[in-house]
Amino acid sequence: MTVTDAPRIVTRRLRRPRSWTLSSYLEDGGYDGLRKALSMSPSEVHDAVNVANLLGRGGAGFEAGRKWGMLAKTTPVYLAINGDESEPATFKDHMLIESDPHQLIEGSLICAYAVGADQVFLYTRGEFALGLERLQSALNEAYAYGAVGRGILGSDWSIDVVVHPGAGAYICGEETALLESLEGKRGYPRIKPPFFPAAVGLYGAPTIVNNVETVSNLPWVVLNGGEAFAALGEGRSKGTKIMALSGHVRRPGNYELEFAKATFRDLIFDPSLGAGIPGDRDLKAFIPGGVSSPWLGPDHLDTELANEKIAEVGTMAGSGAVTVMDDTTCPVRAAWRIVRFFHRESCGQCTPCREGSGWVEKIMHRIETGNGRPEDLDLLLDVCDNISPGVTWPPAQTTICVLGPSIPPAPAAAVRMFRDDFMEHIGEGRCPFPPDRLPRGVVRV
Amino acid sequence: MARLNPDNEQRARDLIALYPHPRSALIPVLHLLQAQDGYLTPEGMQHVGELVGLEAAEVRGTASFYDMFHTEPVGRYLISVCTNIACMLQGAYELLEHAQTHLGIAPGGTTADGTFTLEDAECLALCGNAPCVTVNWRFFGDMDRARFDSLLSRLAAGDLDGEVPPHGTLCRVRRTVGVPAAGASVGSAGGPDPEWHRRDGTGTGVPAEAARPGAPADGVTDGVELETVASTPAVAALDGPDSGAIR
Ligand SMILES: Cc1cc2nc3c(=O)[nH]c(=O)nc-3n(C[C@H](O)[C@H](O)[C@H](O)COP(=O)(O)O)c2cc1C
Ligand code: SF4
Ligand code: FES
Repeated sequence: MTVTDAPRIVTRRLRRPRSWTLSSYLEDGGYDGLRKALSMSPSEVHDAVNVANLLGRGGAGFEAGRKWGMLAKTTPVYLAINGDESEPATFKDHMLIESDPHQLIEGSLICAYAVGADQVFLYTRGEFALGLERLQSALNEAYAYGAVGRGILGSDWSIDVVVHPGAGAYICGEETALLESLEGKRGYPRIKPPFFPAAVGLYGAPTIVNNVETVSNLPWVVLNGGEAFAALGEGRSKGTKIMALSGHVRRPGNYELEFAKATFRDLIFDPSLGAGIPGDRDLKAFIPGGVSSPWLGPDHLDTELANEKIAEVGTMAGSGAVTVMDDTTCPVRAAWRIVRFFHRESCGQCTPCREGSGWVEKIMHRIETGNGRPEDLDLLLDVCDNISPGVTWPPAQTTICVLGPSIPPAPAAAVRMFRDDFMEHIGEGRCPFPPDRLPRGVVRV
Repeated sequence: MARLNPDNEQRARDLIALYPHPRSALIPVLHLLQAQDGYLTPEGMQHVGELVGLEAAEVRGTASFYDMFHTEPVGRYLISVCTNIACMLQGAYELLEHAQTHLGIAPGGTTADGTFTLEDAECLALCGNAPCVTVNWRFFGDMDRARFDSLLSRLAAGDLDGEVPPHGTLCRVRRTVGVPAAGASVGSAGGPDPEWHRRDGTGTGVPAEAARPGAPADGVTDGVELETVASTPAVAALDGPDSGAIR
């Protein structure tokens, strides 16, 4: 059974043999989107993207066309593609970079043409060694083919593209930290305002930052028109989205689905998608949109996969990373691991984030290892409240970037949904779930 | 083992020329340094500073922010075991514990013979093949104890030398062209012919054709062929019941 018969837009080429080569790309009509874009004016391309209502795929879901419209029209203008993908359980950009680098290059060029950029930087997560090699090879081929560089595809438009490796820092996915990093500095998010790199970005010049998946949609949008894209999905959520499915499912993987035409239940249980939980165990909870998002339980399985539908149930679609936890999962351990991640990755500029993440990690660790005290739950929520006042959704922010307010959602959801499990840890002085201990050698950070 | 050797210094200058400001090349050039020596030496960082116009302390200040950069020697193989949420749910901590026993070192440690360094890593973006590890950032998914052991013995025997270069080597494919279009933009298209120039202002530049040598160096003649053995990119499984994630 297929959940939706919508075309696959960004993943359609992924199973082609040697999909990352120019010859394979050209067989599938590669660079025709760029060719068509060059026959249009930049503002016509921009209009098509506005009609498509292409939402950013990097997590915040901001309309790409609207972002481009906010660009301060001075020169130079830069385009930075965000390929730093490090949100835990998100693995879609990794796949797009490794398997279809030409599509990413073509999409970036279309974006650069529409916004009038002077240079493009493909900021790629440093850990993606194979991805960097494939992307650099593809770029070499694209230059030789004439799709990048001077006089692109016979037109009088010229632009350079640079593959830029990161060096291992989650925070460099935050767009202002990414720009600092691209300037050769520590990846410290910038103080806002100015809120948008489109006004003040790389070297202070106007800069567009878009996600890998966002721009990978552009060749299709240009070739098929904004209307065709907007005909898919519903409401604000148009087109398709890659859902990265992980955790306790039979078939984890990246699934490109039309927005609003499938539910979490389809994604997790449909035989053509996740195919259910191994051993037919019960679903305990799932993380709907990356580890910054509040968790959902079985009650919310019928929520449609669309940004606003997911927002309605008090969480977010985020980067499209869904992690499934079956009934053997210890919620304390799961939430502790998420908090530990934020503690390790906090850049340290803001006290609530730097200190708060460590405090929450310590409290969760002691509960998980059987040393929790009854008053720890209140203490935990109190520290969360100090990081993000009210511990509400969407979270209040007291810090420079959104990493800080991303700390409380997981532990707060775990306490709200599974208070009994926490109390059992504390009452029995040990974790009631197998394996009932944290392995030795867990480095304290 | 100190400063960048002449070939790498030239590569560093080529990298710097790609950016509007030299400092932007700092991270790529540090990767080059780490590829040369396996880690960042003080003399090397001093040299990189001279090239991009920074004090050695500023270079170290930036480098120390990033997890991939090591300022102390590491083993030939850096084994990173992801223990983040998706991998943890599939037994990553138990795998890490096994790795510690097998190698006789704790996370952060290096074996006495300098072959292996073990690391407890954050999400490596291969969560569809959890639990996963990387060796010098080459991916190995769907790990269990047996596969882990055989991976280590193949590495130790040199069977994977072609796939997994020594620690530090990141991208073995070189850029084959400079910045031929620098200075051009939609704004200038149709206007005066964009000038050929290097962005650091050091030359009048070269036309794209001339700047395009035949093949990348390092013996990697066609980088597009590279495919890490046993790397298992989790790929869309959409077409039918038989198409699971590629394994
Ligand atoms: C802590 C943090 C980490 C982020 N990581 C990423 C990332 O890895 N990739 C990404 O595309 N966006 C990431 N973002 C979102 C970016 O700041 C930015 O919104 C996005 O790249 C814009 O592209 P889009 O509009 O195409 O989605 C992150 C944001 C925060 C606050
Ligand atoms: S919220 Fe955290 S990660 Fe973001 S700037 Fe502040 S300290 Fe850094
Ligand atoms: S959680 Fe291990 S690779 Fe993502």
